[in-house]
Amino acid sequence: MTLLRNILMRLLSTAITLFGVAVIIFVVIRVVPGNPIAMMLPPGATEADIARLQAQYGFDKSIFEQFMIWLRGVVQGDFGTSISLRQPVSSLVLNRLPATLELSIVALLIAVVIGGTMALTGTRWRNTRKEGAIDVSTGMALSIPDFLWGLVLILLFGVLWPVFHISGRISPALDIDFTTNFYLFEALLRLRFDVLGDLIGHMFMPALALAIPLSAIIAQLLKQSLKETMHLDYVTLSRTHGYGEHHVITRDALPNAILPTLTLVGVQFTFLIGGTVIIERLFSYEGLGNMAIDAVINRDLPLIQGIVILFALIFTLVNLAVDMLYVVLNPRLRHA
Amino acid sequence: MNAFLEIRNLCVTLKGGAPILRNVSLSVSAGQVHGLVGESGAGKSMIGKAVLGTLPRALAVTRGEIWLDGVDLQTLRPAERRRRIGASAALIPQDPLTALNPARRIGPQITRRLVDILGWSRADAEARALELLAEVQIPDPARVMRSYPHELSGGMRQRILIAAAFAAEPKLIIADEPTTALDVTVQKQILRLIADMQTRHGTALLFVTHDLGVVSKVCDTLSVLYAGKVVEEAQMRRFFMHPIHPYSAALLAATPSYKDPEGSLTPVPQSVIDQVEREVTDHDRRAGL
Repeated sequence: MTLLRNILMRLLSTAITLFGVAVIIFVVIRVVPGNPIAMMLPPGATEADIARLQAQYGFDKSIFEQFMIWLRGVVQGDFGTSISLRQPVSSLVLNRLPATLELSIVALLIAVVIGGTMALTGTRWRNTRKEGAIDVSTGMALSIPDFLWGLVLILLFGVLWPVFHISGRISPALDIDFTTNFYLFEALLRLRFDVLGDLIGHMFMPALALAIPLSAIIAQLLKQSLKETMHLDYVTLSRTHGYGEHHVITRDALPNAILPTLTLVGVQFTFLIGGTVIIERLFSYEGLGNMAIDAVINRDLPLIQGIVILFALIFTLVNLAVDMLYVVLNPRLRHA
Repeated sequence: MNAFLEIRNLCVTLKGGAPILRNVSLSVSAGQVHGLVGESGAGKSMIGKAVLGTLPRALAVTRGEIWLDGVDLQTLRPAERRRRIGASAALIPQDPLTALNPARRIGPQITRRLVDILGWSRADAEARALELLAEVQIPDPARVMRSYPHELSGGMRQRILIAAAFAAEPKLIIADEPTTALDVTVQKQILRLIADMQTRHGTALLFVTHDLGVVSKVCDTLSVLYAGKVVEEAQMRRFFMHPIHPYSAALLAATPSYKDPEGSLTPVPQSVIDQVEREVTDHDRRAGL
């Protein structure tokens, strides 16, 4: 009963959030200078031409009227037609979404593995010089933004020691006939390890660039809460049972210490997805972010709206998932 | 050797020098209860921690021997030492609220070590846990096994920790102020329970407390500590009738009495504190500290 009510409340608040995002983005991109019509017409177009196109796309109406028209479409699943690409926004966006999701999730996995390993080894080495070295490196990783890490990686693994592909999502020669746009997932399921290797070769650097700052955050926070947990009595008691340091850290301290980190990772993961916009551009990776930049450059208002709404939806879903995971991991919340 | 735990000349120091335990020697035999009393910071708990190998990282055993069941723990490699302690000693901790892992059910917290460390079968370990929970008078043990710590009261949790301590039939149990964190009404029951369990299982018990009243109820022998030094070691009866060291006498005099609740408390006189302080400094000078 309460569970059902909680879910309904979450859905309601998600709907309100998305509506708010829609209003803001709709108004902002119409108020700022720049005009999609101007981008479409050749120089020297007449006033009449401009007015005709304005009317065709409905830009002659008031913002409120435009919004109502758009909203009516959205409710029916129609997000409008891209001005620059002349295709339905929904199919454009959904075709690109898998690429960005794969990139973000791989980045998240890398961040969790690197950050978690650093936190665990740092806890093991607590109060020694080695822990200091970990603190310094996470501090550095954190203070450099993801797009700069992208450039550093391109320099290292694209130029000086070219082992990874620096642009694109897949080598054109390899482009097999995918039935979905989840290339990585599909290659794995179809056991096409050659394709998988190529995909990873393309994805590795952008994913790592996105992952480095997040891994540093995970390492710092998780190590801190692990160190605090290590002083608790049940950890001491576990030691007296004959368990060694490794067991005590990973089996006793970790399940409790991970909770605050989990919340933060949820929030940070949404930042990471935001980071894909620039990173995808940097690595010419054909995802949503790259499309978003093109849409902004072309003042493709319907496409911008569609992408922003989708990002907002992903953010709220990620937060929902984190909250649910939190309840699963923390028995004290399970009965509430 | 008939003492199950024998500590000889144990010195523990803060890394960098300051002494925490000064030449502590004591022994506990099977079936015997030895009390460790002293003020806060006297090092009572540190003795238990040194035995169990759970000293804070900033502290280290610098000298002395800890014989457990005929083996000097100080000569063992860490893994072997842990295994030995896990198999033959157990701790009843001070605060039952923090001594159980909040993320795990009670059952596994009792049975885990039996399975992992001592190689029992899961079924045997579970049967044993149920039996022990019944022995510590927990109603509906099967349900409690499936509960999480936050669903149980402090007294229940301390009972569970006592059951867990006896689970592997250890020959030595170290109880570190096991009643301090509890409600006064529960304290007495828990004390009774520990004493009963100890008698029934014939365990050697090292009982750390600052409460002389508690000591008089459960202990056979005791050591009085001041600044990490044993100032008096005695049989219980003799100690309460004729304390030898003036500090012991002053501690006894400072214990509030039920018979005379209005009577003023006698603080430990400055002259006595000066005397024990002098003894400690003398000891340090002889030890070349």
